[in-house]
Order: sequence, then C-alpha cells, then structure tokens
Amino acid sequence: MENEGKVDFTKQVDAKEPEKKCKCKDKFLEELFKTYQPIKDNLIQMLNEIQDHYGYVPMDVQKELSEFLKVPMAEVYGVVTFYSRFTLKPKGKYSISVCLGTACYVKGAQKIMDRLQERLKIGEGETTEDGKYSIEAQRCVGACGLAPVFTVNGKVYGKATVKLLDSVLDELETSN
Amino acid sequence: MEKSLVNLTIDGKAVQAEQGISILEAARKAGIDIPTLCFLKDINEVGDCRVCLVQIEGRRGFATSCIQKVEEGMVVHTNTEEVLEARKVVLDLIISNHKVDCLTCVRSGSCELQTLAKQFNMTDIEFAGVRNEHEIDDLSPSIVRDFSKCILCRRCVATCKKVQGVGAIDTINRGFESCVSTVENKSLNDVNCTFCGQCIQNCPTGALREKDSTGEVWRKLRDPETYVIAQTAPAVRAALGEEFGMEVGTNVTGKMVAGLKKLGFDKVFDTNTGADFTIMEEANEFIERVQENGVLPMITSCSPGWVKYIEMNYPELLPHVSSCKSPHEMFGALLKTYYAKKEGLDPSKIFVVSVMPCIAKKFERQRTEMKNDGLFDVDSVITTRELARMIKQANINFISLEDSEFDNPMGEATGAAAIFGTTGGVMEAALRTAQDTLTGEDLKKINFEAVRGGEGIKRAAVNIAGKEIKVVAASGLANAQKILEEIKSGTADYQFVEIMACPGGCIMGGGQPIKTSKERLDKDIRKLRADCLYSIDEKSTIRKSHENPVVKKIYEEFLEKPGSYRAHKLLHTKYQEREKYNF
Ligand code: SF4
Ligand code: SF4
Ligand code: SF4
Ligand code: FES
Ligand code: FES
Repeated sequence: MENEGKVDFTKQVDAKEPEKKCKCKDKFLEELFKTYQPIKDNLIQMLNEIQDHYGYVPMDVQKELSEFLKVPMAEVYGVVTFYSRFTLKPKGKYSISVCLGTACYVKGAQKIMDRLQERLKIGEGETTEDGKYSIEAQRCVGACGLAPVFTVNGKVYGKATVKLLDSVLDELETSN
Repeated sequence: MEKSLVNLTIDGKAVQAEQGISILEAARKAGIDIPTLCFLKDINEVGDCRVCLVQIEGRRGFATSCIQKVEEGMVVHTNTEEVLEARKVVLDLIISNHKVDCLTCVRSGSCELQTLAKQFNMTDIEFAGVRNEHEIDDLSPSIVRDFSKCILCRRCVATCKKVQGVGAIDTINRGFESCVSTVENKSLNDVNCTFCGQCIQNCPTGALREKDSTGEVWRKLRDPETYVIAQTAPAVRAALGEEFGMEVGTNVTGKMVAGLKKLGFDKVFDTNTGADFTIMEEANEFIERVQENGVLPMITSCSPGWVKYIEMNYPELLPHVSSCKSPHEMFGALLKTYYAKKEGLDPSKIFVVSVMPCIAKKFERQRTEMKNDGLFDVDSVITTRELARMIKQANINFISLEDSEFDNPMGEATGAAAIFGTTGGVMEAALRTAQDTLTGEDLKKINFEAVRGGEGIKRAAVNIAGKEIKVVAASGLANAQKILEEIKSGTADYQFVEIMACPGGCIMGGGQPIKTSKERLDKDIRKLRADCLYSIDEKSTIRKSHENPVVKKIYEEFLEKPGSYRAHKLLHTKYQEREKYNF
C-alpha cells in the first residue's frame, strides 16, 4: 500500500508518438504538405491552393496548416479573413456576385446588392442554409460598359436592374 | 565595433545620435519627450498609431518618430503648433471609436490613453464615430477582454506572438470589422491562450484585464462562519508598494501583512513556506530521477501558464515535468489538512485566498487535480493589483501602516523561498537543498550567481557532491519553447530545467502592477524587483528550505519525509494533454 497514489516518475514513461506530420483527412492536404516547405512565407500560396481545391478554407484545414507551418492559428485565420479571395464557408450552388466597382457603384449597384441580400436573407460573403446561394461583392469585372453588373456562376448580367435580378432569382428558384 | 554617429537638430538642440536609431530614441536621449502609444521597445515598433508625429524640415507632412531613423543633418521639430494639433487629431480619431468610461474602468490612473488625453488637453471629441460593438469575453477564469476599449495598437499581439511564442490573438477581419481577437472571435478560454497575462501587462488601456475576484473574497471576509486565510507569494511584497506610489523594488512585506489583517483575514501566512515544501519535494524528486534513471532533464512546475503551455503544445514531453504542485497549492493543501486538524478547524469552513503576481493561478486553482477530499486546496486567487484595490477600497492608508508579521505556526520561511519569485530562483533554492542532501553536510556555498540575472535563457554547470550537473533557467514562453525543442531533438545535455512563463519570472507576472511603456524605458523594473527578493534572501537567517523549522516539524509530525505516500497525495499532481482549440 505504501506506494499507492505515488506518481512513478522514475520509469521512462512511454512518451506519446511525436506529432505526426499530417493528420489530414484527405490526399489533397497530404500532397500539399509534401509539395511545400514548412515555412511561413508559403502561407498565402498554400491558402490559395486550399481555397481553390475546397472552394473555401475549412477551419480544420486552417488548424492543420497552422501546425504544419508553425504559424499560430489566429494568424492564419487573420490572413483568411483579411483577403476577400478566401472564404470561410463553401460557396453556394449558385454563387452570385455583384460588382461594386466604381462604374457599377455609380450606376446603383448597391441597390442590387441590397435587394439580393434582402431576398436571400444572407449577407455578403455568406451562403444560404441549404447551400443553394451565396453572395459576394466584387471589384470591377471589366464590363463597365454594361454597368451595373452582376454574375451568377460567372455568367454576366449587364445593365442590371432590381427587376432583372428578381427575374433571374425567380428562375433559379424553380430550378434545383 | 563602434556605431557611427550622426548629427541632427531636435527642437533647436544639436544632438549626436547613433546611426540606425529612431528619432524617438534620439530625442529621449537628449531629454526631449515625444508621446507614444503603440510603441513598445523591442516588441512593437510598427508605427501604427501616429501619436508620435514630428516634423522634419524640408519634408512635407509629418514623420512617425518611433520608426523614422535619424539621418545626418536632419532638423526635427517635436513641439510646433502644427505637430501638437496633428497629434490631437490623431488622438481624437482613436478616442472617437473608444468606449470612454474612465469612472468605472479598472485602468483609470494607469491608462496610457487617458494620460495622453489629459496631456493633449482634449476637451472634447470631434469625430464621435460609429463604435464597433463587441461582446465582453469573460468566460475564462483569468482574463476579461473588452474590445470596445481596444485601440488596435497591437501591443498584445506582438507580446503574445513574439515574447510568449503563443499567438492566441491577432488582427482578424478587414475594414470596419477589423479587430484584435482570436480565431472566430472565440473566448480566450477556448483557444491556445496560456493565461500568462503578459498581454494585460502590455495593453495601454482597459481592453484587457484580470478577472476580478475581489467580490467573492469580500463576501467571505464578511461571513462570520468562514475562516478566511490569506497567503502571499514572494513576488507580491516586491511590487505591491508601487500601487501606492512607492519606489519600484521597495520591500513592503510588513505593510502587506498589516494591510491583510486590517482587511479582516483571520490568518495571514506566507506562501514562501509552501515554496520551502516545493523545494523539499522537488529536490527529492530530482535526486530520485538521477539515482533511479528517471526521465531527465526534469523541468519545474510552479508556473501554471507554463504548465498549460506544455500540456497544449508538447504533451509528449510531460513526463519531464516535475509532479510537484506549485507552492500555493501545496500550502493550501497543508492548511486544509495538517493545520485544520491542529487548530481544530473544519476544513470545509476554511477559505484560502492566495495573493499572487499571476493570473494563470486563477486558472490553476480550479483545475480538478487541485483538490483533496472534495475540497479545493485554494479557494480564490487575487492578484497584487486586486489586493491593492481592496486596500484602497477599505480606506486603509497603506503607506503609514505599521509593519506586522506573518502568523504562526505556519509563518516561517527561508531566503531560498523568497527568491522563488524571480527567474533562476527556484533553481538556486533547489540546488541549495540538493547539495546538502547529497553530501549530508551544511555547505557554505549558497549563492549560485550563474542562474541570476535577467537573460531569457541562463545555462550553467554546477558541481554538486563531486558531480557536475548542468542546469538551465528559462523565462518567457518563447524561450521555454527553445528549450523544449532541444529536449525533443535530443540535443539537451542538461539535467534540470527551471521554466517560468513570464519573462523575468513571477516578479513580472501578469498580475503585477502595470508599468507604462515609458516607465519601462526609464527603469529596469525586473532588476529592481529581483534585487528586492535577493536582499530579502541575504538578510534571512535561514536560507535553505530544508532548515526551515516549520518544514521540519510538519515532515516529522505529518508528512513523514519528502516523496512519502502522504506527500504525494497532498503535494503532487498530474498533468493532461489539452486541445489548443475547442471547436
Ligand atoms: S481604457 Fe483608459 S480611456 Fe478608456 S475608459 Fe479605461 S481609463 Fe478611460
Ligand atoms: S494571456 Fe498570454 S497567452 Fe494568453 S493572450 Fe495574453 S499573452 Fe497570449
Ligand atoms: S487589446 Fe490592448 S494591447 Fe491589444 S490592441 Fe487592443 S488596446 Fe492594444
Ligand atoms: S465597375 Fe463594375 S464592371 Fe467595372
Ligand atoms: S506610431 Fe509611433 S508610437 Fe504609435
């Protein structure tokens, strides 16, 4: 009984396996971590690839990237939320962008944006619960002659009005 | 190599300055003060806030003096009407987005923003902007964040990332939403924060502060049913006086004890006695590890921020950490067992309050491991700052208090315990006891100079009983990380490591009086407070933990010997792997 409760520190405790290089859930990350050196300079470039692959930057991937690069997760998250090209949620089946570039803005693009958010009940950078729609604000898409402009999955709608937006949305509603 | 000098003029004064230094620094050396806000020497030199504006002749606009380097022939003006007005506009913009409620703000009086507003003679705020509303994060046991008071100076971010190597907070989001926060704006409780509190020390405003426990302590003090015992850590006596305008490094042990008694504590004891027990147990554990081929190097465990750090970041190295509880926990456990029995007190009616320089102790206190027979070893932790607030609240004139002594029979402590509060101190105290234990003699070599001083990592080889032992003392978690990497990679050639989470040790803990960035330039706060502890040690009649009569007596009557079954049950603990992020 003498030794009960005593912490036995004299034995070499089986130290846990040192952190595995990658606990990744999929091949893509595994490959990515093989391609890049684990240095901070690679952060943005790697985030780009991650965004392209998943369509957004999932939180658990940020966590693994933080371990891999030895960059605190708050910093990774800070970068992801700073640049508009990175998103925290997957885009919707229909990704709708409104151009808020100068030409479009002057021609009333904000009204289109407001109407879009009102109809879908989500904000900029968000995706609807059912994953069908997402909204983004864009800089000049190079179609100023058609201002104001919005796009649905890259398809451009020019000389846009609230009415045009409504009819496009109505149409999407009836499709799946 | 001598740095070359450049000649410049600041406010009409000919100044010689080393090449490569900032205008701000050159001006300081010439006795000219320039206000700053985001600037924190060596930690945050980013030029963000623009409060330190100056004019340079021949250049348009204003220059940011904290990052602008001196140049040959420069003519600088720090005090023209334009400069003063421009600074005012800058400050106006900062304040316009700030929740100004100085009357109820814990930082009123030590707030750098408030001081600047006064200094700039801000009589009203022109740009009353739209304020970002933020929820207050008070979920953690240690820290409260109120970002409606955050001025985005990023001093906390730099401290957490560079000094502590943690990176729990950063700038997130863009545009108007941009703020200093955590991953997904989570509570510090749910991220990799260690609760070291160094960010609080470096925040110029009330955006970061300790979780206040004075309320619960007041309630217990007023409850006649409860027997309220205070214990005070070594570092508190070296800094508490500062809160009452006394010189940095003044030893206020006597007044502190008197103040606590006036507040109504039934007994006032010294955590240093607990520290002496820690040394007995730790030295014993170290000798056992050496003699029985245990895991080495052994690392000290008295700093709870450090313990949380290794639990989250290097769980595989936990077997290196000593199983000893920290001194106040050991002492609390003894108060509720040995002392309660001796005095005929019901342990469940005892309320132990630890007065600590540390906010991580608030977290440590409520760890499930820190319990015995269903009772927590310690019931509440207040910081040096909170004690000062209680003393002020009770209308006690601290400066004129007559010195008082710690209560008996648990009041005796050694010089070895006093130096626990500074980096290298735990190591030195342990070495004193280890060498006597191993040789069976009362050795005269008491001071281990090699582990003193303010360097972040101190390495030394000491000769103990004819055997060379290599030791390392590291403070600041970024330094701790370097040591852990050495251990992990197998390049560590030392046997004993002392780690403290706060740079400089507990005397610079997250619960200590806050010093402005300017005060820290003027004085070596760490050294002054450390010197105070070393002089307490010098003046002590007993300077080795194993010679403390209280310690001897309690081992005789109760604990038997270091490392005994009962000692393990009460004075040792276990650690757990922790997730860095909860989501
Ligand atoms: S942070 Fe400073 S300026 Fe703001 S309310 Fe507190 S004391 Fe006043
Ligand atoms: S308490 Fe320490 S670890 Fe936590 S945010 Fe502040 S500096 Fe970082
Ligand atoms: S919390 Fe304090 S230190 Fe951090 S950015 Fe805000 S004001 Fe600066
Ligand atoms: S501004 Fe919208 S397309 Fe150019
Ligand atoms: S920009 Fe110099 S102190 Fe902030």
